[in-house]
Amino acid sequence: MEDTLKKYEGRLPESVLEDVRQSMPKKISESKLREVMETVEKEYTQMLAEPGESVGIVSAESIGEPGTQMTLNTFHFAGVAEMNITTGLPRIIEILDGRRNITTPMMEIYLKKPYSQGKDIKKIALYVKETKLADIASEITLNLAESRIEVTIDNDKAKELAITEANLLKALKTANKNLSIDIKKGIYIFKMKSKDENSNAIYKLKEKIKESYIRGVRGITQILPVKKDGEFIIITAGSNLKKLLGLPFVDGTRTTTNDIFEIEEVLGIEAARHALINEVFKVIENQGLNVDIRHLMLVADTMCFNGKLKGITRYGVVREKASVLARASFETPIKHIISASLTGEVDKLNSVVENVMLNQPVPVGTGLPKLITKRVK
Amino acid sequence: MVDTFLNGKFIGTTENPLELVRKIVDERRKGILSENVNVSYDKESNEVYIEGAKGRLRRPLIVVRDGKPVLTEQHIKQLEKKEITWSDLVKQGVIEYLDAAEEDNSLVAFFEKDLTPKHTHLEITPLAIFGLITSLVPYANFNSAQKVNTGSKNQKQALGFYAANYPVRMDMDVNLLHYPQSPIVRSVMHSISDYEKHASGQNIVVAVMSYKGYNMEDAVIINKGSIERGLGRGSYYRPMVAEELRYSGGLVDEISIPNKDVKGYKSEKDYRYLEDDGIIYPEAKVKEGDVIIGKTSPPRFLSSMDQYRLASDTRRESSVTMKHGEEGIVDMILITENGEGNKLVQVKIRDERIPEVGDKLTSRHGQKGVVGLIVPHADMPFTASGIVPDLLFSPHGIPSRMTMAHLIELLAGKVGALSGRYVNGTVFDSEPEDALRKELLGLGFRDNGLETMFNGETGEKFTVRIFVGDMYYLKLKHMVANKIHSRARGPIQLLTRQPTEGRAKEGGLRLGEMEKDTYVAHGASLLLKERFDSDRTIVPVCETCGLIAIHDDFKRRDYCPTCGESVEISFIEISYAFKLILDEFKSMCIYPKIQLKSKY
Repeated sequence: MEDTLKKYEGRLPESVLEDVRQSMPKKISESKLREVMETVEKEYTQMLAEPGESVGIVSAESIGEPGTQMTLNTFHFAGVAEMNITTGLPRIIEILDGRRNITTPMMEIYLKKPYSQGKDIKKIALYVKETKLADIASEITLNLAESRIEVTIDNDKAKELAITEANLLKALKTANKNLSIDIKKGIYIFKMKSKDENSNAIYKLKEKIKESYIRGVRGITQILPVKKDGEFIIITAGSNLKKLLGLPFVDGTRTTTNDIFEIEEVLGIEAARHALINEVFKVIENQGLNVDIRHLMLVADTMCFNGKLKGITRYGVVREKASVLARASFETPIKHIISASLTGEVDKLNSVVENVMLNQPVPVGTGLPKLITKRVK
Repeated sequence: MVDTFLNGKFIGTTENPLELVRKIVDERRKGILSENVNVSYDKESNEVYIEGAKGRLRRPLIVVRDGKPVLTEQHIKQLEKKEITWSDLVKQGVIEYLDAAEEDNSLVAFFEKDLTPKHTHLEITPLAIFGLITSLVPYANFNSAQKVNTGSKNQKQALGFYAANYPVRMDMDVNLLHYPQSPIVRSVMHSISDYEKHASGQNIVVAVMSYKGYNMEDAVIINKGSIERGLGRGSYYRPMVAEELRYSGGLVDEISIPNKDVKGYKSEKDYRYLEDDGIIYPEAKVKEGDVIIGKTSPPRFLSSMDQYRLASDTRRESSVTMKHGEEGIVDMILITENGEGNKLVQVKIRDERIPEVGDKLTSRHGQKGVVGLIVPHADMPFTASGIVPDLLFSPHGIPSRMTMAHLIELLAGKVGALSGRYVNGTVFDSEPEDALRKELLGLGFRDNGLETMFNGETGEKFTVRIFVGDMYYLKLKHMVANKIHSRARGPIQLLTRQPTEGRAKEGGLRLGEMEKDTYVAHGASLLLKERFDSDRTIVPVCETCGLIAIHDDFKRRDYCPTCGESVEISFIEISYAFKLILDEFKSMCIYPKIQLKSKY
């Protein structure tokens, strides 16, 4: 068997050979196997895109057409209420535009063995969630006369989160280094160290104090432990992949976020490409539409092949186009023409849009092959 | 403390909002306050709003006190004797107008029998919840709201008899229906609005069945015999206007048969219908290109010096002609003066519009469709009693749209037609379906409206029975004759050399950016190039400087305006639009240098 397969190495990709290896019965006659391999090769070569095939436009149309049927604005929750996640067209636009700040960052945290069965799940969840001063304060008052801020702590909430007075004070001190903090009768009094008294500054200070980080993972604003396929996972609103992968109880091999830029930063461009494909495919599947994943792969490749994640915008992949005319035909034409004229760019007319503009045959399909012959003089 | 607002402005507070509202309403009913004042208390926001501003939508209701309407039999008798009028009832506080906010505070009974002590108002008639045109939809309460809406919208586009003095009117874009009929199934609004005096449809026999697939996707099939008997036939009128304008320097337009030496003279044939005054005679049959009103204008850009020149008397041709694809008969000619004292000539052209494939028809239930096929009378299916339907309506149009009234009207129309009476189909107050069915049974038909039918071509009996009835059909003003358009060659724009746009200018149909993409996706590169050849040009290019050179056809030489004659000049084929953009670059001081390379 192996000998026959070996002949096809290089002719067929490794993954196809592996598929054959897996699905063939152990005992198969040499002639039968050869027959199978011939069919496989025939099918494989038939599936390949032919030279000159306009895969880009076919992909664009294949994604764009079902896109018109997508409900424009769909916010819906995965699992339980109060967790709104952007899906549908807004989400696809967000991904393909390559926006750095997505509207609803979200994570799925998988846990290591004893914890994934529910051990300390509540504790872990609380440990992960970011707690700010505003979350446990029952009252924040401005004392303008003495230019200080007084914060009353809701003791029940603090107890629930297992925050003691000592570590709260410590956290507040690290969060607000330029303030002096005192405790009087359970009331935390914040005072500015510098003397310049400005009533506006104290208002700003109040907002800053509210946001004081106390504990948990920064960026995780909501948590939701869910049982999925017989194990506990934590779904979060807000994302911080880097921090979470460092935690001992987190299963780093399966934990994901929907923030593709974060994945690119932490796990690299290949992971980002996969995440991109998955995220877009999830939305399309969710809408009950059917788009071949290879179209998405092509889009993801275009966005990632430079080693940096680039959106399909005039600042992203369109800027990378070689042709001035092609760039100019997509948004802000004058800017592109002027900058091209300053550097004396040459347009080689190698792509589609430029040739349509000049009314020349576009170099795809029947316009691609050329007759090469010697000129008789 | 409840905040109180007058016309949206805060005016004060009250301790007892309900008492305040009651007092204002009482005083309004007594006539102390204007009947235009409305007051409401919003529990949610705990605020009282008093409104007297204009622009609120209000509707009249009968006031109810202690579960009894204030309107009594005596009032009605007085009304009948014309002793009192509507406005008297409003003044007496028997009827009052509520706006949307006050309506929220009220409990309105639909019928008098529904009244309880809790009710504050009674509908004058359930019909009053609809507007004038929507009230014309029979059995509308059996339709989905959306279809009642589209049904009433469609009625506004129906052809009819819009004005009795139409022969002497000069309206733009007029359609008239030749044989309008009053509907058999009607609502009280038809009587109230004198509908029979300006009816806009015809009662026809409709069978709900398919026919060779020509009535799929909302199309309808009509009987050619019915068309020949006048179904949906109409006239289309369009005025043509010419005015003797006055220009500076005492020059004027002149309405007359143009001289042969006039600039832009068409041909003698085009002027053949004009009489001595330069205007066409009535009842002339005109086709495209024919001149309706002959007119000449003084030459353009005439400066004071030119007036003394000999050539200055060459006037311009500016006649009013029939446009591309138009034809008709001259109906009426009007010669008058306009406000500035200029001679004004208006000619009305008439054209007969016989229903053809593509014309739009509709029932009154938003069941619009275009004519898909016109079948000879002999080939139409017929019922056992020999009735041949005028129109075949596809059954697929019914389930998803849920226009039950469409079916009920068919049944009711059948009863009306057979018993020779009008059927009352007023919303919420119509003749019940059961009674109609009983009556139909009594007339010797199946009570469900089904009939045995035969194939008109083969004479075979259909295995299923077909729902046949009578209903009121409207012809809508969207007719193919006004919209049909095609072009192979034709006029181009001056600037871009691309085809003009729009039917009036005999324009091309744009192959847009997304359509272009489909050609690329198919790899049909050379076909795409051919599509875009409409503004193709061949330009000489100087190989030295890469700019567009000059080709002098007279002297048979090519030269570059910058590099002179001793340079290589080649001819390239590009779109004229690209030549324009190169010119535009030059105007921005950008040097677009074309580097030529042999393709081979």
